[in-house]
Amino acid sequence: MNRPRLAFPEISRRAWLATAFSSIPILAARAQAAAESNRIVIYGTSGGSPTPIYLSGFSGDVASTLRFDLEVAGCRISPETEAQLSLLGSNTPNVEGRLLDRNKASLLAKGYSGGSPRQQAHALADDVIKAMGGQGIAQTRIAFKCEVSQGKSEIFVADYDGYGAQKVTSDGSIVAAPTWVPGRRTLLYTSYRLGNPDIFIHDLSTGSRKPLSRQAGLNTAAAASADGQRVAMILSKDGSPNLYVGRIDGGGTTRVTDNRQGDSSPCWSPDGKTLCYSSRSGGPSTLFLVSASGGAPRRLRLAGVSNATEPDWSPDGQNIVFTTQSGRAFEICVVPAGGGDVSRLVEGEDPVWAPNSRTVIYARRVGKGVRVLSLLDVPTRQTKDLPRLSGSCSQPTWAR
Amino acid sequence: MNRPLFAKVLILVTALAITLTPGCRRKPKEPITPLGSGRTGAGTIQNPQPGRLGDSSGGLNDTAGTAGSNLGDGSSVPKDTNIAQTGGPFDRSQYNEDRAQFASNTVLFDFDSAVIKSSEKANIASVAAHLVSNPNTAVEVEGHCDERGTEEYNRSLGERRALAIREELASLGIDPKRVHTISYGEDRPAVDGHNEDAWARNRRGEFVLLTPR
Repeated sequence: MNRPRLAFPEISRRAWLATAFSSIPILAARAQAAAESNRIVIYGTSGGSPTPIYLSGFSGDVASTLRFDLEVAGCRISPETEAQLSLLGSNTPNVEGRLLDRNKASLLAKGYSGGSPRQQAHALADDVIKAMGGQGIAQTRIAFKCEVSQGKSEIFVADYDGYGAQKVTSDGSIVAAPTWVPGRRTLLYTSYRLGNPDIFIHDLSTGSRKPLSRQAGLNTAAAASADGQRVAMILSKDGSPNLYVGRIDGGGTTRVTDNRQGDSSPCWSPDGKTLCYSSRSGGPSTLFLVSASGGAPRRLRLAGVSNATEPDWSPDGQNIVFTTQSGRAFEICVVPAGGGDVSRLVEGEDPVWAPNSRTVIYARRVGKGVRVLSLLDVPTRQTKDLPRLSGSCSQPTWAR
Repeated sequence: MNRPLFAKVLILVTALAITLTPGCRRKPKEPITPLGSGRTGAGTIQNPQPGRLGDSSGGLNDTAGTAGSNLGDGSSVPKDTNIAQTGGPFDRSQYNEDRAQFASNTVLFDFDSAVIKSSEKANIASVAAHLVSNPNTAVEVEGHCDERGTEEYNRSLGERRALAIREELASLGIDPKRVHTISYGEDRPAVDGHNEDAWARNRRGEFVLLTPR
């Protein structure tokens, strides 16, 4: 809890090589030009092998942080002879870095001050990914639940790599399904603190929270629309766990679905018009789409998989990631938002997109009822476990 | 709270439930029984510091913020949430919980199913009989799942199990307003194992007898 107050993304940065440093957009364009001239896709999004990158000059925490960030982003740390890119620099004490292509052309040169060495390393990693044409996520935040003792769980927030975890509830009860309100330092989550699964809205800046939905029965699986104005949730007040939409202030709740088989885990399309959720209406659980203002749900075509739950719509609107289950195994899958062929990615459950619509965080069972959080780079299918926190951690959500 | 006042509150709650729950919402042929009128927005629970970030002095631990923290102190919860006044079916502080009474009446379910098996109906009938002969009591039905399922799916499944038991109790003449459902999903297994035997015992509905204080 002695973590300095963070001011991301306002961590102060300054150019340290006046000759090499120029503004980011120009560098990004230069990186793209370099890629085309080498006929190499530096940072592909459509699948394929990781980008080999040579790392030199960094030490300790900074080196391991850079390595983690770049691997999560779809790179592979490689010997200089095999690398497409070289990231050279130092951290004595401030982080400085230069990104060179194979022809030793400089794509990036930058120094960082302020914050911790880890934070500086994250900032450099994000600049490297940006220079490669991608969107960095190394300075983003996540939230999740962790079982802190038998039958008791709390909500935590942390850096995207699991460092700096802070407990945000002390309910001594069961919590579930945390989710970020887009663009705000505010969480929605379920807590049994008042003797019933209720949805709370919790302002992380002020520490104040209040119930958003305390209907009789189940109140859970809250999801805020991209504009932060509406909340989709699962309530059972009318006799079956179904999908409802209300305002972020807790008012104006209306029923969206009406079936006896039960629904779970809604998410929003980025334009706020459509909800995707899991339902058993008409057979084994699968994904449905429905207008946020109501109407007839339609089944999302998922070729070749069954028992689909926990959808999450990518922020760019292109894809929906979800969980399938066969027997005891859970798999992370992705499908185009319009439905169609499903790509089965890795074993795991409850996937959520990062702001870059490329990286996914999910939970993975490691036996004896214990879950760990893991990061997945969808195009390369590279995964990285987050460092183990106390107990079993699950239901991750990404600030975006 | 003494008995006459309790009775008044019960009458008030019932009256509110009747007036606030739109009868037209409940289709005659629809067997779903609404759980009672809403509690949304019932009182603002201000917890001064249930996790304020960016504050190195804490506010995140259990002791900070208990002064005036309604969530840090169970005894102040009912006062602030005003459950009875908004017509919610149960203000738990008005009841004592008795887990022993129905301990042998736990209802077991098949995998991924909320259908009540004929073998389990006697357990529910036994609970109904007790409620009939003790009209001041109420019951909480807990719906539980095994670990094979995603967490929120299981939370809905547990609720469907509890609701199915509630429907069965209603069919035996118990006023649904006396039956409070709660789903714990897979969060409260009865046994810790990770095999079929453990899963079979964890897919269940449990009863908690609620007696007025």
